[in-house]
Amino acid sequence: MASQREGGVFLEQRSYRRRRMIDGARLLPVIAAWLFMLPLLWPSAGVNTQEPRALSDALAYVFTVWLALTLVSGLFVFLIGNVEPEKDRKDGS
Amino acid sequence: MTSLNALVLVCLIYVALLFGVAFAAERAAARGRGGWLRSPVIFTLSLSIYCTAWTFYGAVGNAARSGMEFVTIYLGPSLVLFGWWWILRKLVRIGRAQGVTSIADLISSRFGKSNSLAIFITVFAALQMQSVTLSLSVFAEADPNATTFDKGRVAFWIAFGLAIFTLMFGTRNLNANERQHGIVIAIAVEAVVKLIALLAVGIFVVWGLAGGITEMMSRINTSEIGQWQVDRSRWATLTFLAAAAFLCLPRMFQVMVVENDNDEQLRMASWMFPTYLMLMSLFVVPIAVMGLEQLPDGNPDLFVLTLPLTLGQDSLAVLAFLGGFSSATSMVIVATLALATMVSNHIVMPIWLAAREDGASVSGDVRDVVMTSRRISVGLIIGLGYLYYQFSGGSAALAAMGLISFAGVAQFLPALLGGIFWRGATRLGALSGLAVGFVIWVWTLLLPSFGAGGVLPSEVLVNGPWGISWLRPGAMFGFEGLDRMVHSVWWSLSLNFIVFWSVSIFTFPRPLERLQGAQMVNVFFHHGPAQSWSAGVAETEDLLIMAQRILGADEARLLFRNQAIEQDVPDQLPEPTPAFLQKLERELAASVGAATAHAMVGQITGGAGVSVAELMAVADESAQILEYSNQLEAKSTELTRTARQLRQANSKLTQLSVQKDAFLSQISHELRTPMTSIRAFSEILRDTEGLAAQDQTRYASIIHDETVRLTRLLDDLLDLSVLENGQVTLNHQMANLGDVLDRAVQTVQPGPGAALKITRDTVDEQVTLETDVDRLSQVFINLISNAAKYCNSERPELNISVVQQRDGVALDFIDNGHGIARADRSVIFEKFSRLGDSDGSGAGLGLAICSEIMQRLGGSIQYLPGMEGAAFRVFIPNARALAAQ
Repeated sequence: MASQREGGVFLEQRSYRRRRMIDGARLLPVIAAWLFMLPLLWPSAGVNTQEPRALSDALAYVFTVWLALTLVSGLFVFLIGNVEPEKDRKDGS
Repeated sequence: MTSLNALVLVCLIYVALLFGVAFAAERAAARGRGGWLRSPVIFTLSLSIYCTAWTFYGAVGNAARSGMEFVTIYLGPSLVLFGWWWILRKLVRIGRAQGVTSIADLISSRFGKSNSLAIFITVFAALQMQSVTLSLSVFAEADPNATTFDKGRVAFWIAFGLAIFTLMFGTRNLNANERQHGIVIAIAVEAVVKLIALLAVGIFVVWGLAGGITEMMSRINTSEIGQWQVDRSRWATLTFLAAAAFLCLPRMFQVMVVENDNDEQLRMASWMFPTYLMLMSLFVVPIAVMGLEQLPDGNPDLFVLTLPLTLGQDSLAVLAFLGGFSSATSMVIVATLALATMVSNHIVMPIWLAAREDGASVSGDVRDVVMTSRRISVGLIIGLGYLYYQFSGGSAALAAMGLISFAGVAQFLPALLGGIFWRGATRLGALSGLAVGFVIWVWTLLLPSFGAGGVLPSEVLVNGPWGISWLRPGAMFGFEGLDRMVHSVWWSLSLNFIVFWSVSIFTFPRPLERLQGAQMVNVFFHHGPAQSWSAGVAETEDLLIMAQRILGADEARLLFRNQAIEQDVPDQLPEPTPAFLQKLERELAASVGAATAHAMVGQITGGAGVSVAELMAVADESAQILEYSNQLEAKSTELTRTARQLRQANSKLTQLSVQKDAFLSQISHELRTPMTSIRAFSEILRDTEGLAAQDQTRYASIIHDETVRLTRLLDDLLDLSVLENGQVTLNHQMANLGDVLDRAVQTVQPGPGAALKITRDTVDEQVTLETDVDRLSQVFINLISNAAKYCNSERPELNISVVQQRDGVALDFIDNGHGIARADRSVIFEKFSRLGDSDGSGAGLGLAICSEIMQRLGGSIQYLPGMEGAAFRVFIPNARALAAQ
């Protein structure tokens, strides 16, 4: 009885964590779009009087953000885990 | 410089290698060792057909012209994959649940298996053919020294080779959901080759030419594209456009949704494919910068190739060529297959079916028809692509041409997303939205792309048709000064969306649309059948004949046999139940598309669609099933409850039986002890002669005492039995509580000088009761004599107090002894329970009798815990208790 209850608490925590990771996976494209649109705010050649950014800066920024997003996406996938087939079976039965 | 012949030789070896790999994969899969072909890595690599020739070569060209803008083409798909949880997960699930064969199939299936919609999308997508052309032109352009005649010949042989490959490995299985292993593995190999090629050129450029990353960065900053300069509207629009095209391109849909096998593939691709794209674009800017530096007059689109070539790196150039070759061929193969499936399923099959008056069930081999039409479509698409190339010359900048087709397929987006997320989307809405988007795309982007005086006269471009200035292709509704691409995408997609939405909310969907809509939008909640055929109408034999012709004889028989076993009629044909027809239709749909399969089953079952009446029947049926299951559930709850009650009753009976046995053995023991001494002493009296008179008297009095004890025991037992059986007659009369107590105390302590001191409150005792006075005083006597007997204090005292309660009178009997141990409290009211009664004077029935009596009188007796000594509360209810007036 006691062990059963402990198991319940454990599962509860795990599924709670999984849901938050799914929330993260949901928000990720929004954050990604925001980060990728950020360079539009930089001073650009021929538009502002300010000195435009160097292309190497832009390269470094875009690829760093890209790599970071990929890692975070992979992290979410890993943390969400492959629980879905079981859920399906439950739904299907 | 590598000679053309050597290049051709390398190409041929490479192609032979691809054929070999494809054969090996097919063979491995046939032997059942093809599990790894479904791995997420292979899936991710197959997604790489997104990186076509115009991204391979054109990205560098684009970077040389507009700096960082090229990266948007890769950022869009990355965004889609980062957001896989939203769209791709659902799309892929629907694709698997519905057996979708193409994007046209998905959309037509969502909107009531509409053939018109499917044809529309297929024709639209067939414009994608120019991408085949585009790839062919790359091969020809790749060799700048070749003459026009050579270019044409090269393009021809390549087109021929591609057609052969696609026919060999792409049209093996009719069922589009079965993976084309040969093609998949060839594409995966090509994906690796093109990545390695681009990385190799990039590494050569950065470390070989520029001399390291820092060097490269400073060279980038000093180059002519070294300043951050983007058209902001283009940056945002192209990112969005690439994301939309990634979802809607027929070839992407083919590898991503149709060929998808499990969710794991998608989950892993959600980070692996962005990584692939990132690597593909990592060295684009360095190559472009070095190209501009070394070859100021060269064609930027071919820097990947010409840069190593001019610097004498022949083998690197060959690798780069193979990379471009790979991008072009894999894309052509998949695009052709996707288109051919759509054309044969949505154009050829419906026409063929309509042309035959006798329908699908009587004659002709459908399987062959589908296969042949698909093969012809493959040949046709590649052939037309080649011809288009021959006539157009294909000189436009690669990326620009690619983007035009992106904007074209992006028109599917509202119908696609609306279809899978919004149940209110209707067929008419989808059709009109697509039509509006298509017209605006053609008018603002496709036609002007041929240049002034090409298709549209320059007069129209400048002043608008018939002088209507707000319809000018470059400035719709007077929005001037926008980039042409941004302008076209903005107007076509927003009007497409608005028309789709507004027509949808004002039209009413047909029943089949509503069912399909519910099933697709709620794909994660239920997998129930979407639409139903009315049972009993269809002839199973006809169905079998038809299924054999599409699925093949063996597979069809297997399907029917399994169904028969499921229906418990082995060795017979299964009944055409709605569920079976549903399953059959889905099997067929995987081969010929949902709309065609629906039409074919419809021809045999007699109705080409589902009527409202049938829908109502289905709804009724499910309502009945629901009600039935509710009833079952209620019954099962009731049964559970009864079972629990029975279990309780059973355990009580068992307990009673144990009690009865204990009671019997107790009573025998109790009776036996006095009997033994009576017998012994009476024998002494009888047999012993000359017994002293003193002894005689003593023995006789022992016998007498024992007899008295026996009688008392038997009286008690009788009393208890009468009380327990409810046979007791109560003799109700009015009495004063004080008097009753007086009598009880008198009985226990007849004379003065008793050991037990009893304190009472005579004022409170002035209560008139209507009860059986004799019985009540029996209870009091018992309690008082218990206190007298068992109170183990040095100066035993018993306090009797009376408490008037709302519904009766409570009498507390509290002594100053040690009380009763907690563990014993539960058994004191049981029969024969004697606590510390070592002298054997009591039978242990007193409290049991008290409890029975109080129950009969409607009151209760209970032990009061927490007092200093033994404490009992006797409660006499109000009905029998009247306060003295």
